[in-house]
Amino acid sequence: MTFDKASSLPSGAGRTLAQKLIARAAGRSQVRVGDVLTCQVDLAMFHDSSGPRRLKPMLADIGAQIWDRNKVVLVLDHYVPAQDEDAQKIIQVTRDVAKEWQLPHVIDSEGICHVVLPERGHLKPGYFCVGGDSHSPTGGAFGTYMFGIGATEMLGVVATGEIWVQVPQTMRMVWSGALQKGVCAKDMMLHMIGKFGMNGGNYQAVEFAGDTVRGLGMQERMTLSNMSAEMGAQVGLIAADAVTTQYLKSVGVTDAQLEASHFFQTDEDADCQRFEFDAAQLSPQIAAPHSPENTKPVAAFSDIKPTVAYIGACTGAKLADLRAAAEVLKGRQVAPGIQLLVAPASARDQAQAAREGVMQILTDAGASVLPNACGACAGYGGTFQEGATVISSTARNFQGRMGPASVQVYLASPWSVAAAAVTGNISDVRELLS
Amino acid sequence: MSRAALKTHKVWRVGANVDTDALAPGAYMKHGIEVIAAHCLEVHRADFAGAVKPGDVLVAGPNFGIGSSREQAAGALKQLGMAAVIAPSYSGLFFRNAFNLGLLLLTCPEAESLQENEHVQLTYEGTTPQVLTASGRLLACAPVPSFLMDMVNAGGLVNVLKQRMAAKSSAASDASLSA
Repeated sequence: MTFDKASSLPSGAGRTLAQKLIARAAGRSQVRVGDVLTCQVDLAMFHDSSGPRRLKPMLADIGAQIWDRNKVVLVLDHYVPAQDEDAQKIIQVTRDVAKEWQLPHVIDSEGICHVVLPERGHLKPGYFCVGGDSHSPTGGAFGTYMFGIGATEMLGVVATGEIWVQVPQTMRMVWSGALQKGVCAKDMMLHMIGKFGMNGGNYQAVEFAGDTVRGLGMQERMTLSNMSAEMGAQVGLIAADAVTTQYLKSVGVTDAQLEASHFFQTDEDADCQRFEFDAAQLSPQIAAPHSPENTKPVAAFSDIKPTVAYIGACTGAKLADLRAAAEVLKGRQVAPGIQLLVAPASARDQAQAAREGVMQILTDAGASVLPNACGACAGYGGTFQEGATVISSTARNFQGRMGPASVQVYLASPWSVAAAAVTGNISDVRELLS
Repeated sequence: MSRAALKTHKVWRVGANVDTDALAPGAYMKHGIEVIAAHCLEVHRADFAGAVKPGDVLVAGPNFGIGSSREQAAGALKQLGMAAVIAPSYSGLFFRNAFNLGLLLLTCPEAESLQENEHVQLTYEGTTPQVLTASGRLLACAPVPSFLMDMVNAGGLVNVLKQRMAAKSSAASDASLSA
């Protein structure tokens, strides 16, 4: 982050989606890249780790109240189900505070915050939102400006309803063409993180565009926005469109609410960095330990034999991800010596997957189903054993995150995780699908 | 201020891409900051948390603080009494968290030229910090905007908010007195 003078804005020049979203939240007609502005927050989301247990004592300390409890969503997902007494205490404190503050929007043990937030219709195009979690850019898939903040900064938001932001430049990732069968949004992201690096986003805005992105469903789009965190971007934006509208209607957003939403888009002549990608050329991607930027095409990893195949997290266990895994696992069995674990990202996604027969396919293949929570991905409990080699549909493979320092985590799409589970080694899922 | 009056800070070195799981390991996240701080950076150097002294500085490679939003990553360094972190670049999320907790981050392109155990001083040219080495070399850092410097000087956002809330309530009571 640098704080050089804001760039000048030629009059009549186009604006980016990011600029339009910030301008609205800052109450300005236009904003320049580099401007530091105070924005009004439409929605603040926090969870059992970053939320009440940290906020309550600080709020009392500064003598403030929640600025607007209707604009707050609390999700219990990091320490549920409780694995020990300490976790139980954190959950109890969280539930007690939720009652005391009379929070109207509490989602308790029903899934991971970034998935349940849109699932309950809380995100609307044009919103300016913050989340007490680094994967909060997931909300950008809905044409909202949403980013992650720490607990103390959340205190500022909860007390004042405001937060500062520096207007970012936009890196526009334009994807064209059709993805091959078995290649998905996760592979697109791993490829981009490999290309730009863990901090290549430089806390600027990334925007995903092009016909490939417009052709993706909302959950695949969420995977793109979600992992812009692993690129070091502040936000990962996708302009809302008819696909967004259809999703929002399906989760109960009313016509009146949609009318009141802002479907901003980047102007064609807006000043942004543009990068082009050919979706048809993309092969399944794997990120080797211990960084999401250690990405190579799957062929480089054929000698790796995982002991655990993990389908979990906001990044990789949504309904779309479960369906992908089932397509590979249908009529097949998990290979000897490998354990397949599935932690569906939300209870609703799991229920829908059950109705479609997807859960049955997964368990028939030998999968163990885990609770709808952050689980091993957060590393707060229930992590992997010493010496484990894991192929995982999650977002991060830092050393020591998901267990002891000896644990080796390979990041992959749910397609590739399922392929490894049945073949016993990291392998190209396209060969199983033909 | 004369250079002789400046405090000197011992340098601890770590490499590039230090992530928040290394700074605040997940397994200890359910505990208070004292416990988390005792395990800070143990995955990279087990000697750090036990031996670091208040007033020391941590010098790192690029992309310091990538990963999670957990502010305990910055809080652990603050708890250990670090005077500052000096690195060529930071995760933006970590950057905000550090200043919110009153931890000074210096963005210094030449940070990696500093050596373990060397002693440095921090000086300011207006809002632009500089790192002064014992041999008299001056390393330029990116300017820190005054609102972030104010946050460091106040000891973090909580204290800034306290001042703001106090100002608001005294303005309100003035208004009620004059009514």
